[in-house]
Amino acid sequence: MTSQASWWERLRNNSLFWPLVALALVMGFNLLFTPNFFRLEIKDGHLFGSLVDVLNRGAPLMLMAIGLTAVIATAGVDLSVGAVAAICAAVATRLVGNVTDVTATPLPLVILVTLGVAILCGLWNGLLVSRANIQPMVATLVLMVAGRGIAQLITDGQIITVYYPPFFYFGAGYLLGLPFTLFIVAAVFLFAWLITRRTAIGLFVESVGTNASSSYYSGVNEKNIKLVAYVFCSFCAGIAGIIISSNVKSADANNVGLFMELDAILAVVIGGTLMSGGRFSLAGSVLGALLIQSVTTTIYAFGVPPEVVLVVKSLVVLFVVLLYSEPMKVALDKLARRKGVQA
Amino acid sequence: MRNLQIDRKYLPLLVTISLFIGLYAFGIVQYRGFGSPQVFFNLLIDNAFLLITSIGMTFVILSGGIDLSVGAVIAFTTVFSAYMLEELGLSPAIVIPTVLLCGVALGAVMGAIIHFFKVQPFIVTLAGMFFARGMCFVISTDAITISNPFYRAVALFRIPLFGKSFISINVVIVLVVLLAALYLAHLTRFGRTVYAIGGNEQSALLMGLPVARTKILVYTLNGFCSALAGVVFSIYMLSGYGLYTNGLELDAIASVVIGGTMLTGGVGYVIGTVFGVLIQGLIQTIIMFQGTLNSWWTKIVIGLLTLVFIGLQSVFSAQSRTRKAAARRRDTAPVADADPVVAARQ
Amino acid sequence: MADAPNILTMRGISKAFPGVQALDDVDFSLHSGEIHALLGENGAGKSTLIKVLTGVERPDRGVIELDGREILAKSPHHAQMLGISTVYQEINLCPNLSVAENILLGREPRWAGSIDWRRLNARAAQILEWLEVDIDVRQSVGMYSVAIQQMVAISRALEISARVLILDEPTSSLAAHETEKLFAVMRKLKGEGLGVIFITHFLDQVYEVSDRITVLRNGKLVGVYDTATLPRVELVAHMIGRNLDELQEMSRYKKDAASSAQKQAVVQARALGRVGSIGPFDLDLHEGEVVGLAGLLGSGRTETANLLFGVDKPDSGTLSVAGAPMTHHSPLRSIQAGMAYCPEDRKADGIVGDLTVRENIVLALQANRGWFNYLAPARQREIADKYIKLLSISTPTADQLVKNLSGGNQQKVILARWLATEPNILILDEPTRGIDIGAKAEIQKLVLTLAGEGKTCIFISSELDEVLRTSHRVLVLRDNAIVAELAPDEMNEHTIMHIIAGGTE
Repeated sequence: MTSQASWWERLRNNSLFWPLVALALVMGFNLLFTPNFFRLEIKDGHLFGSLVDVLNRGAPLMLMAIGLTAVIATAGVDLSVGAVAAICAAVATRLVGNVTDVTATPLPLVILVTLGVAILCGLWNGLLVSRANIQPMVATLVLMVAGRGIAQLITDGQIITVYYPPFFYFGAGYLLGLPFTLFIVAAVFLFAWLITRRTAIGLFVESVGTNASSSYYSGVNEKNIKLVAYVFCSFCAGIAGIIISSNVKSADANNVGLFMELDAILAVVIGGTLMSGGRFSLAGSVLGALLIQSVTTTIYAFGVPPEVVLVVKSLVVLFVVLLYSEPMKVALDKLARRKGVQA
Repeated sequence: MRNLQIDRKYLPLLVTISLFIGLYAFGIVQYRGFGSPQVFFNLLIDNAFLLITSIGMTFVILSGGIDLSVGAVIAFTTVFSAYMLEELGLSPAIVIPTVLLCGVALGAVMGAIIHFFKVQPFIVTLAGMFFARGMCFVISTDAITISNPFYRAVALFRIPLFGKSFISINVVIVLVVLLAALYLAHLTRFGRTVYAIGGNEQSALLMGLPVARTKILVYTLNGFCSALAGVVFSIYMLSGYGLYTNGLELDAIASVVIGGTMLTGGVGYVIGTVFGVLIQGLIQTIIMFQGTLNSWWTKIVIGLLTLVFIGLQSVFSAQSRTRKAAARRRDTAPVADADPVVAARQ
Repeated sequence: MADAPNILTMRGISKAFPGVQALDDVDFSLHSGEIHALLGENGAGKSTLIKVLTGVERPDRGVIELDGREILAKSPHHAQMLGISTVYQEINLCPNLSVAENILLGREPRWAGSIDWRRLNARAAQILEWLEVDIDVRQSVGMYSVAIQQMVAISRALEISARVLILDEPTSSLAAHETEKLFAVMRKLKGEGLGVIFITHFLDQVYEVSDRITVLRNGKLVGVYDTATLPRVELVAHMIGRNLDELQEMSRYKKDAASSAQKQAVVQARALGRVGSIGPFDLDLHEGEVVGLAGLLGSGRTETANLLFGVDKPDSGTLSVAGAPMTHHSPLRSIQAGMAYCPEDRKADGIVGDLTVRENIVLALQANRGWFNYLAPARQREIADKYIKLLSISTPTADQLVKNLSGGNQQKVILARWLATEPNILILDEPTRGIDIGAKAEIQKLVLTLAGEGKTCIFISSELDEVLRTSHRVLVLRDNAIVAELAPDEMNEHTIMHIIAGGTE
């Protein structure tokens, strides 16, 4: 009896448990009510189907969530991920140019410059937070709003359309029968996992997020840890920007990554990383992003107008945040204890 | 005697007002026609909605909170008003109270969640922002033109002032809101409680002040102001559209910060916010008069100016902290003894 | 005095927290017109008793009567309404509001719904005048000294017509003349028939101002005494309760270590200082010695440590460690130079609560190794286990979250963190504060053992006898400067106290 309880307890305390349960629920719902949701077909050697779609469309969100996990773990937040994606989409398309089958800049250079711009954005945020000591929310809000202005300046207020097929590969290509975006996400995830779990950076991020002052006294350079987190976050958002612009073959400064900040925050919070910082889970954030994407896809599959999704998501955010809030935890603990006493 | 020297707490306000005067003088010297009184009145006319929502935001920030939903609430108000006026053919006498009530309700709900669940204000109001934006598109994805005669009449009505200059009815609404806000902030218990909460919420609670009620009321008040700003904006634009006032939350926060209110709460003045808005308006006007710069530069310049003021604030507060610490150290001459055991053995 | 009527009676108060019986059947009574000192060591139950009285905590059992009527405060505010006001150590005012507002907030005089500022200011000035405090009531409270802020807090309590006033460590950051002023006010309140509960750790002040003393120990009532008839030694015995033998044994350890002092200087500070923090000082630390820093809270002890360890950057002078001058000052550089520092505030600057014991122990070592030279978890566990055993840290496993440990064990985890870096120089700021007497003795022994191994220690504590027991040399600080250095033969409590008190004579 006790071993069973502890087994259950351990499972429940695993940070991936609740996101997995939620994902299973959404999938179960689809199994019952969405025809063909689980059907996979192979066309021209490529895998197709709603599930693949969820993974493919969810790629930018998964990337942003991975990046944002690092920032939130340091007890910060980055509201500028959507705007950074827009800037990077603008830079990439501008560099490729709008001549059919020709690129104005060699593709590797396009990627390098775009990611360089993303890193600059991250440095800006990171320096404001770590060196100028501005609240993360305010510091990144500046880029969230001004960033779209910058993207507009880059695109000259136009929607830039590109016609260079190799550029489309990032967002719409296939490798080994699977969408190429999946490989990008896997690579970034692996990189993030290695850098946080196979070096001391993960420990330092959690330590800074829990208690920055103690970390400083222990010789941890908390400023640089924060800086790196913001740079990494923008870097991920930059990749997301490239994928988005490549997928839709254009960049619209007003719309790329619009309203994605909240999705990304939601993904991280669902994944078990607290907004107050400290312990983080990269896998949890990816699961969170997948959960959000499947909910979105499900809503679309039901023919609900896409406009409603925004409303639904805002309510889900509220629900999840409330679930994790301190008073709710206290209340749930009390409830659990009362049950325990009765048993 | 004491009144003669300028109080340190008015210093940020003075910086703001000087900046406004400086920019205005720059405009007059640099550009022809800038000195015309109507340029100034246009500042008020064009920024009426921003003034109203920024005044509401001032209370939120004074209480130590933040509200990111204001832009979306304004957009929602324009869309919902336009929809009710045009598609449903309702009278403004029903439409205006309804949209104001929506703003109040949304604000109250957000305030209650922030207070009772102790969730950071930015995340709750971010969700509120998405909710309001989403509702815009649920009602209508396209812009709706308002042809209601009452709205048109109000929009076109000019209140003549001296010379050929004039103001709109919106400006009158702003002035009423401003007077009410000044009264609330400085002459009512509600206002002083807002300052107290921003200064030290724990103390306010221990002093027995109605912290819960006040915090919820602050967000409710801001919801009302945003909705009212939305009404003013729909009169100004004579249409409703879900993409209006995107990113306005930063403009409102910027106005408050440039107006000398501390982002950490407790310190600042409603009147400062008015100058904060006017400074933004001036920058916009100068970029317009200049003629060659892209209007997107306005956003970038305002973003930077906000950062400068936030920087100034942290310098100010750091200064007063060290000064106080130094003062305390000077006072601290040794007192008897720190250790009971030692004292007992003497 | 004994005939005076009781205003407040607390009977049979018990309160348990998970794992601790914080209060066990405690009685307390307060007469009208008396100053009653509530004494006890850390963890004795003073603060819990006050929390129960002021409605912060609910008692498990017991009765509280105020003026003969049974009461149970639901919140601090409710307690105030009932007539029980508290002035806390960290004063609960709104620093951004004016003095007058702080006194009358929530009870402002109004005229037709709007606040009547003229009457508000006049009323506040009137109360302060009664307390003989002459300040501008329109200025923000934050501009004034702690002493004035206390007076404002007391004024607020008077304004709500308090019957019982609780002063929680009110004098810990006051200057001597400010303390005198406070005592004058306390006597004045007493004259008005108020009951004052005075919590302090300054025994001199207890004898100067209080009428009766209640002593608590380990959550139990030890006794109630008339101040005039209770000898000090007896009071201390009541408070500590335990024989001091355990601590006195320490001196044997020290002798062995003392002989090894006076070797090479490992730390040399020359005119090192920082404006507003600590005046320029010279300091030589030698291998194998323990140097004590004595002085009051705020005298510059912690500031000295912060400067030596690079937490604060000096703006004058030079510092060299092991012969090499320090050019950049930061904790990391200091760790690299072989230094370690247990800061004063364990919760804020020491432990990282949400991390495990293992992670807390390896944190500084890992910081020293850099971002990429990662200690594998298995190696981390090895190190953690070694120090858990060495310092006998009581934790179920190395993977327990450090916030779940007791104060003493948390302190040991921080010590372990620094020992793991194998430092040559250890700076310990109040390493024994708030931990039980057994753990205290262990830590003191450890310091002497380390010195015996040739390490250098700086030992900072507000408990003078502890400093004397562990140190080979004592530096005395006053007003943010090192004012004296005492050799072993000059080291005694009387001399140190005399030097500390020097400024007021």
